[in-house]
Amino acid sequence: MIGRLALAYARRRPLATILVVLLLSLGVAIVTLTLLVTHEIEARLTRDAEGIDLVVGAKGSPLQLVLAGVYHADVPPGNIPLSSLADLRAHPQISEVIPLALGDSVHGYRIVGTEPSLVAHYHGVPARGALWTKPMDAVLGSDVARATGLDVGATFTGSHGLADGGGEHAGQPYSVVGVLAATGTVLDRLVLTPLESVWNVHEHHSADRHDDDQAAGKPRDKLPSGAVPGSSVHDDAKAKAGTHEAPREITMALVRYATPLAAAALPREINKSTALVAASPAYETARLLTVFGVGIDVIRSFALLLCAAAVLMLFVALAQALDERRYDLAILRALGGTRLQIAGVLLIESVLLAGVGTVVGLALAHALAAALPAVFPPAAPLAAAAARFLPLEWGVVAGALVAGILAALWPAWRAYRLDVAATLADT
Amino acid sequence: MFDLTGLVVRHGNVVAVALPSWRAGTGEHWLLAGPSGSGKSTLLHVLSGLTAASEGRVVVAGADLGAMAAGECDRWRGRTVGLVPQRLHLIGALSVRDNLRVAQRIAGLPADDARIQALLEAVHVADLAHRFPRALSQGEAQRVAIARAVVNRPALVLADEPTANLDDAHAAAALELLRTQALEAGATLVVASHDARVRPLLPHSCVLRGASR
Repeated sequence: MIGRLALAYARRRPLATILVVLLLSLGVAIVTLTLLVTHEIEARLTRDAEGIDLVVGAKGSPLQLVLAGVYHADVPPGNIPLSSLADLRAHPQISEVIPLALGDSVHGYRIVGTEPSLVAHYHGVPARGALWTKPMDAVLGSDVARATGLDVGATFTGSHGLADGGGEHAGQPYSVVGVLAATGTVLDRLVLTPLESVWNVHEHHSADRHDDDQAAGKPRDKLPSGAVPGSSVHDDAKAKAGTHEAPREITMALVRYATPLAAAALPREINKSTALVAASPAYETARLLTVFGVGIDVIRSFALLLCAAAVLMLFVALAQALDERRYDLAILRALGGTRLQIAGVLLIESVLLAGVGTVVGLALAHALAAALPAVFPPAAPLAAAAARFLPLEWGVVAGALVAGILAALWPAWRAYRLDVAATLADT
Repeated sequence: MFDLTGLVVRHGNVVAVALPSWRAGTGEHWLLAGPSGSGKSTLLHVLSGLTAASEGRVVVAGADLGAMAAGECDRWRGRTVGLVPQRLHLIGALSVRDNLRVAQRIAGLPADDARIQALLEAVHVADLAHRFPRALSQGEAQRVAIARAVVNRPALVLADEPTANLDDAHAAAALELLRTQALEAGATLVVASHDARVRPLLPHSCVLRGASR
């Protein structure tokens, strides 16, 4: 009955009730949405970097190396000699090395020259077709296949560079031999091919350009280092001799330690004794999230401000309501209500409004997470988060309910202390 | 029914009520008379356990109110005392029926809709059960307030100036209703009033003289 009474009181002040619920809903929705976004980003970054202890590549920014090699979200700093791969594989503290050769893309999705161990690392299995068996075979990640419409048996040519708009390698088509099942990792967004494909395409590309330049009497452009493994370093003597054989290169290598002890010494050893840089995905990702977290914290602070405004409004509404209901509360005491019951009417009303605001806010956040990818495609991973209830969201619920209790504490205390006889006599 | 001995109630230095003795039997109907400010309302609050006596002993329906803890006294009041306050004051957020229902539930008693329906019929407001208090006339609100006071079958019914601001016909009807309902509940009735129209209708009376320092 106390709950019914609290509900009846809330209904009697529709404007204040709606405003409180609306403000609280918006605050809760934004807080929850930031939770969903950060959780999804962290989960995705963690999944993509799982099992990769080091990324070894050309000298440059370690963060750039990780972004390019693990998340495929940046251009690599350069290339490294293929011989480095053998050196790394021979190291006793390393159990696995996966080479990556980057340089081209198709419809904005990266073409990655690699070995089947990359597919195995992310537990990829072909949904259709099979893995590559020869150069210029291509295996598509599930997102790539869905977005481009390419499937087994199709052919395509790569664009130079890592985004749309680069020149096409028209004479070097890839054949799709397989499409991978979705893994929920970066693998879904890659086009995989043997290392040799990347080398072939770029050696051919360099030779064509070199011949064209010679015919036009122009000096040969130096291709951007790191973008085209296998062709960035051209031996002038060989070029002049009409051959295009160059020392083979890869862009980077993903490394897994043989022992946890390697973490203490191996990165330092690589950084000091070679021309390579060893970057730890765990460390660099944590750095990235720290920077990224500042923006999220600003948004979250704004949302918490909204929640605080809602709680303040709830407090003011209850304090005003208490003055209006003094006689009601006195009557309830006269009818046998205890002090706690009378205080409980205000507490329940406050918690009820906070609860409704929280539920509406959570629903709004999940609805936004589900709808956002339709208008903002890069937010596609949020769709999966929309259907999940994170354990952290219980924290939002608890926080909102505690805020509801806090807002009602002082009015409830005044109701508890109400002088019934004086109020009833105050006619 | 109740027994007051050596009762003194002080508000600061002011003696609001001083009553050497007052004893009432079960089912008796009493007028508590006295001029305005003589302490009639205060004495009703003492009988209902809402105000503690500064001195003396108050025993109502076998319970020594001075010896009861606050929470215990609240629960006791809900089951033992029915109060019709001067302003009636029905809870505006609740319907007529819910005003009676809340009286049952807040006293810790189970909802008894049959009892509520019977009472609403008895006081001729059954057709108003779903209305809210703001839609009632003064007379209708008074009948609902009387029904609420007796809904828990109290042993003691206290009414504070129930005829104030009523014309003769309505005053007589209100008093008659109180008496009838108290009679049906087997309750002792105390009506605090300085209205001369009430005096001939109640067989027993207690007169207060007024406050003193």
